[in-house]
Amino acid sequence: MTTSDTHRAIDAVWRIESAKLIAGLTRIVRDVGLAEDLAQDALLAALERWPESGVPDNPGAWLMATAKHRAIDTFRRTERIERKHEELGHELQSRQELAVADMDAAIDDDFGDDILRLVFMSCHPVLPREARTALTLRLLGGLTTDEIARAFLVPEPTVAQRIVRAKRTLSERKIPFEVPRGTELAARLSSVLEVIYLVFNEGYSATAGDDLVRPALCEDALRLGRILAELAPEEPEVHGLVALMEIQASRLRARTGPTGKAILLLDQDRGRWDQILIRRGLSALERAERLRGANGPYALQAAIVACHARARTAAETDWQRIASLYDALAAAAPSPIVDLNRAVAVAMAFGPAEGLKIVDALTLEPSLKGYHLLPAARADLLEKLGRFDEARKEFERAASMTRNARERELLLDRSRAHAGDSRPQ
Amino acid sequence: MRYMTLYKPGTENDAPTEKEMAAVGQLIEEMARAGTLITTDGLQPSSKGARVRIDSTGKFTVIDGPFTETKELVGGYAIINAKSKAEAIELTKRFLKTMGRGESEIRLMQDAPAFDAASGPPSGKAAQKPRGKTAARA
Repeated sequence: MTTSDTHRAIDAVWRIESAKLIAGLTRIVRDVGLAEDLAQDALLAALERWPESGVPDNPGAWLMATAKHRAIDTFRRTERIERKHEELGHELQSRQELAVADMDAAIDDDFGDDILRLVFMSCHPVLPREARTALTLRLLGGLTTDEIARAFLVPEPTVAQRIVRAKRTLSERKIPFEVPRGTELAARLSSVLEVIYLVFNEGYSATAGDDLVRPALCEDALRLGRILAELAPEEPEVHGLVALMEIQASRLRARTGPTGKAILLLDQDRGRWDQILIRRGLSALERAERLRGANGPYALQAAIVACHARARTAAETDWQRIASLYDALAAAAPSPIVDLNRAVAVAMAFGPAEGLKIVDALTLEPSLKGYHLLPAARADLLEKLGRFDEARKEFERAASMTRNARERELLLDRSRAHAGDSRPQ
Repeated sequence: MRYMTLYKPGTENDAPTEKEMAAVGQLIEEMARAGTLITTDGLQPSSKGARVRIDSTGKFTVIDGPFTETKELVGGYAIINAKSKAEAIELTKRFLKTMGRGESEIRLMQDAPAFDAASGPPSGKAAQKPRGKTAARA
């Protein structure tokens, strides 16, 4: 093996092992920042030694043993300093000895629970949203600060600072390393799911020419979601989110044409949808429903995308079911965006006039002011109703509101199609 | 990126022992928990299969199993999710360690949705085909 081969192998081992390593160490040292430092030290030791000694048979155990030795050194050093100060005296000393003795037992334990605790810690609501995302990708996704920066289109020092501050906040606020229980669990879990879905959507919105770490975020999010589903199998919304992401990911390669042009869902070649991911998504959705989670916001969104996944052709789409799922979603998680989507589904199921009623009501919604998809949807429905002059104006308005050049072109094309229809009324 | 790994045990598939089943079961669970395993299955003995071939004139030949050259026989497959070829190799090593024999062929999947070409081998076909590239940023 050449040195660069070894470095690639170390990189791979880090991807596989870092979350377990950091989670296990956090439990022992009770400080996520220190745990990460210890894990990084072990990684540096591997980079020094493995090119000569070769990659050990059980690289994860090697890294853990190395980090453990560093942890013991740190403990002993602290202990010596504190002995000198003679402040805490005997009590502290025996506590430290106990901690060292516990360490072997602790390290050999099942890591699953530690990883779950680490997820909840990284996504703690005490942290700003961007910090939760960065910390989760760093500690659980094994991404470097540079990769996170490139993926979210922000400068690397910004990400580094967010992570440092986040770790400091967790330590200062004494956020416990534990899985929340009882009434707290639901809110904390929804913060975790939000972070994962945010990562997924960031990847999903990546376009041609983007750095490849961006689309790869979909994969990172899916991986985190799948891990979470195994660690918290009783939580229906976790399976709902996984189902939603698996099915959306199944369409990734069908949604752009050979020239990079976006292809709308109903125009996609369904033969290119990934059946393995669809099957995984549908079975995750079944799990959510079996756990009586059919009415959770993620499960409902998954059920909607599942309707599309099940239809062999666009014409076979069960729009009535989709419309009723949107009704349920609007009740479970009300939002004007959900209403707009509901309007489109209602129009498909019961005719454009019914959809237009909902859209017209939304034009008064302040939060949708400046949202180009509202006039775009309205234009589409007006066109279907044969009200071409109004449709043309709405397409133009939508075009003037979007910042996406490709989308603007598409909207202007549709507006021009009705240029001849304009006559005074 | 998605890789397909084809496992070649080196001999005709015997029914796995209970111990082997348990070990593989545990590994599968572990990989599922790590979010890296997408799908996997084992294959029954080649006596239950066949080979179908077409020649340049369009004529078919069908050869029923079992096949004699057992070295190349595929015993099972897995589709795994890995960030790089190095990670796929590392994950495959863990699988082979559990099996204790044989070899696995690791191939980058052509259709890897949205993520192929990211760090695929520069000489690999998957990284060169334009379809792969555009799909990569879809």
